[in-house]
Amino acid sequence: MLKYDIVIIGGGPAGLAAAIEAKKNGIDSILVIERDRELGGILQQCIHNGFGLHIFKEELTGPEYAEKFIEELENIGIEYKLDTMVLDVTDDKIVNAINTKDGVLTIKSKAVIFAMGCRERTRGAINIAGSRPSGVYNAGMAQRLINMEGVMVGKKVMILGSGDIGLIMARRLTLEGAEVIGVLSRDNFAAGLMRNVVQCLEDYNIPLMLRQTISKINGKDRVESVVVVNLDENKKPISGSETVYECDTLLLSVGLIPENELSRNAGIKIDRATKGPIVNESMETNVNGIFACGNVVHVHDLVDYVTEESRRAGKSAAGFVKGELNNNESFIETKPSKGINYIVPHKIRVENLEKSLELFMRVRGVYKNSKLVVKLNDKIIKELKKRHMTPSEMEKIVINKSLLSEQKDAVLTVEVVKEA
Amino acid sequence: MEKKEMVCIVCPVGCRLEVFEDDKSKSGYIVKNAACPRGEIYAVKELKNPTRVVTSTVKIKNGLLNRLPVKTDGTISKDKIFECMEIINSIEVDAPIKVGHIIVENVLGEGVNIIATRSMALAEKE
Repeated sequence: MLKYDIVIIGGGPAGLAAAIEAKKNGIDSILVIERDRELGGILQQCIHNGFGLHIFKEELTGPEYAEKFIEELENIGIEYKLDTMVLDVTDDKIVNAINTKDGVLTIKSKAVIFAMGCRERTRGAINIAGSRPSGVYNAGMAQRLINMEGVMVGKKVMILGSGDIGLIMARRLTLEGAEVIGVLSRDNFAAGLMRNVVQCLEDYNIPLMLRQTISKINGKDRVESVVVVNLDENKKPISGSETVYECDTLLLSVGLIPENELSRNAGIKIDRATKGPIVNESMETNVNGIFACGNVVHVHDLVDYVTEESRRAGKSAAGFVKGELNNNESFIETKPSKGINYIVPHKIRVENLEKSLELFMRVRGVYKNSKLVVKLNDKIIKELKKRHMTPSEMEKIVINKSLLSEQKDAVLTVEVVKEA
Repeated sequence: MEKKEMVCIVCPVGCRLEVFEDDKSKSGYIVKNAACPRGEIYAVKELKNPTRVVTSTVKIKNGLLNRLPVKTDGTISKDKIFECMEIINSIEVDAPIKVGHIIVENVLGEGVNIIATRSMALAEKE
């Protein structure tokens, strides 16, 4: 049996940042396990720019961002295994993994960090009627095929879903010579950032088709057409509004789901709103010594936030191994209130905070000229004015430790209040 | 006088700007509905000389992957994006490559280079 102080599952931005931070905090025995052929995760296929504005103060592409971390990881001598699949993690932190070089690996670790990221929601999850021809791709899959494998996915493309990946792929396909018919959104606005609507769609005259979705896919061997239907205010299809669009390819950009099979098997409790582990201020799950960070906890929209959160997980795991993490039974519980969908972290042990607490959350709808109100046991401790909030942009609130230090077994809530 | 509508993308607020041509103003335009001064700067730049960074891939021989990601190391005129893509599509490089390596110098004569956005090692022989 192999032995390590910290095993990190996943070598994407979360795993890389966590590993480097754990090493910087005095832990030498670290192993990163990655199932792909190289480190870097999804950043390696995100060749567009716009990454790293917070941390590096410059606009990097995904691969450039990844390479900065991979280089540092190699320079400080952290071990990693590629092409290696973790099959199972037990609650006493035994990791079972497999690859073609070592065969079956059993690894005993003092702490484990889950950094498995998320997966794309597929056609099966959204129940589109019709036949099963080739030419239906998840947007991220198409991105990998085009940007890494050099395989073009189609010539005439419809895109379902107006999240950032859908918008980015509309531009990418256009640049590579495909005709993009349009990008469909269920809502009367795009789910992705306005910046991407302007620079990926408007720049190339690609229509943003609002309040519309796909009701049927036609084609025997290859997609031949899709049926697009208008939606009413309750997002129900309007009968008789069907339009047929000829195309050979359909891209789906319909959401991301944290990948938590390993977490569930290890007995980790999952938040129904985030679909990721319930974590405390140190990014530790309900199983002592198992930490989680990045998109496996909740889907982020900025990689810089993943990096910050993962550094905290790496540092905390190092503290756990050294016996420095305070495991006090009493904690403050966070609860989303009016207008808030979720809050991460879920539990706060104040002793483990350094200077301040960072809360990440998403609002439920679009709010203009509102404020976020933070209450501790019904007493307002912080208010933040917000001119504009939307579910597609994560909100972050920093709360000074001194505002929390007197409280134990308390409830902290955040709500949206409209300003008069 | 013609009115041009645009959405400001400098920050997430997304002001709906209305821009009018105006010979008397310094920039040549009057920008309405901008909540902050950055909106006016953005609108004038977008109308006078819109530019973009182009990111794409080039073919690579003997590398770990089939494609090498690249970008322009500065912005190019928006109306030259497809011209830039034609040049990018005509290129094939050999592994190994280091990140930042210049793939095409002074593309389109605008003083901007196309550079590699990752390092790529040689493919391991089976």
